[in-house]
Amino acid sequence: MIADMAEYISTHGDQLINQILTHIGISLFALVVAGAIIPCGYLASRSDRAETIISAPFEMLRVVPSLAFLILLIPVMGTGVLPAVTALTILAVPPVLLNTIVGFRTIPDFMIESAAGIGMTDREILWKVKVPAALPMILAGLRTALVEVVASTTIAAKIGAGGLGEIIFTGLGLNRTDLLVLGGLLVAALSLLSGLIFDIISRKLLRYKYC
Amino acid sequence: MPIIEYDNVCKKFDNSTGLAVDHVSAQIEPGEFITILGSSGCGKTTLLKLTNRLYDPDGGRIILEGEDIAQKDPVQLRRGLGYVIQQVGLFPHMTIKENITIIPALMKWDKDRMAARADELLTLVGLEPSEFRDRYPHQLSGGQQQRIGLARALVLDPDIMLLDEPFGAIDAITRLHLQNELQRIHAGLGKTFLFVTHDINEAFKLGNRVMVMNQGKLLQFDTPAEIVLHPADEFVRSLIESARQQEEFWEGVQ
Repeated sequence: MIADMAEYISTHGDQLINQILTHIGISLFALVVAGAIIPCGYLASRSDRAETIISAPFEMLRVVPSLAFLILLIPVMGTGVLPAVTALTILAVPPVLLNTIVGFRTIPDFMIESAAGIGMTDREILWKVKVPAALPMILAGLRTALVEVVASTTIAAKIGAGGLGEIIFTGLGLNRTDLLVLGGLLVAALSLLSGLIFDIISRKLLRYKYC
Repeated sequence: MPIIEYDNVCKKFDNSTGLAVDHVSAQIEPGEFITILGSSGCGKTTLLKLTNRLYDPDGGRIILEGEDIAQKDPVQLRRGLGYVIQQVGLFPHMTIKENITIIPALMKWDKDRMAARADELLTLVGLEPSEFRDRYPHQLSGGQQQRIGLARALVLDPDIMLLDEPFGAIDAITRLHLQNELQRIHAGLGKTFLFVTHDINEAFKLGNRVMVMNQGKLLQFDTPAEIVLHPADEFVRSLIESARQQEEFWEGVQ
């Protein structure tokens, strides 16, 4: 089987690279769109009412499996990248949103009080104190979302958006174990690698924690 | 002219029945070291927070350096007052230097001036600048962090320092050192200090005058000696009695 996989890689090299790049592209696109929820997370952290209003729809959508969601989107958005990114974004939003809310909620009151007490304006407190204090939690949420999205982008191939899912679905169609394993391994490797790269970036951003 | 004047100040919180601060009037002269003594919930912290408008009073006025603080912009008012709290509240993502000079940075001081000011203050609070300026708060002990809190509060050279139980979470030995250093800093700078504490020994040691508070009321405002000799009422008497009993224990051991 390893020989089969090696042969597939050598004959389909260009196609593989293309699939990997598409996979990464779709995943990052979904993550960036989901990242736009961060300001909503800040708003939601300010009151229980706002939290309910903002997070309830995503909690409901979360129950629907991504694959089912993809199929449901076909009548609305057709096939291709757009519905794939939409479904993946909805998958990515809850961890980002919840972590943002928790990140802002768990800033100790005394830190805000001391910032106000030394004469910082509300805006300065938000940008200089609250956002940096919430950042570790927000990054952790983005990381969870990233790893989930990279793994789930596999199903985007189901509706013709491309990516590494194509190899797996081809393997399923032709009943070829080598392609299934190859696709699975590549998705797993990509998911782990993206988490690792994200950790390196996080460590740079949160340098102060590691000295 | 008094530097701080409390004129019938009242504060009521929504979730309680009584007044947190109940018709407090007092005058404080420039350069005094005033301690505010009372048990938790007596209104001493509230009185301090009314002074820098973290709270606004429900009655009465507070006059600082001749100006009614209700007329002043809270942010500008606070930049003219030093403020130190028990939990310090240093910002974990900023170095010690950045913590000390955060307000000057927001006011766009130039870099050299900020660096020089940070070093000057580190020396004042007894920390070696070259060793501490580039560290982060979590690398410092509680006592060192509180020294930084003090330096941060002094950065704009305020005439008045508000200190809310700054040594409340610090071990007894470090606390003693910090009390002595605070006295030294007070003597050297000629600023007015308002120092909140629940520790009678600390209050009597540091304050040239002591405000004794209970249930929102200012019971007595006088020198430590005068309070010991002529306690204003039963509460003050029992407070002194409790301190005496502790002392008896130590003498009994000897």
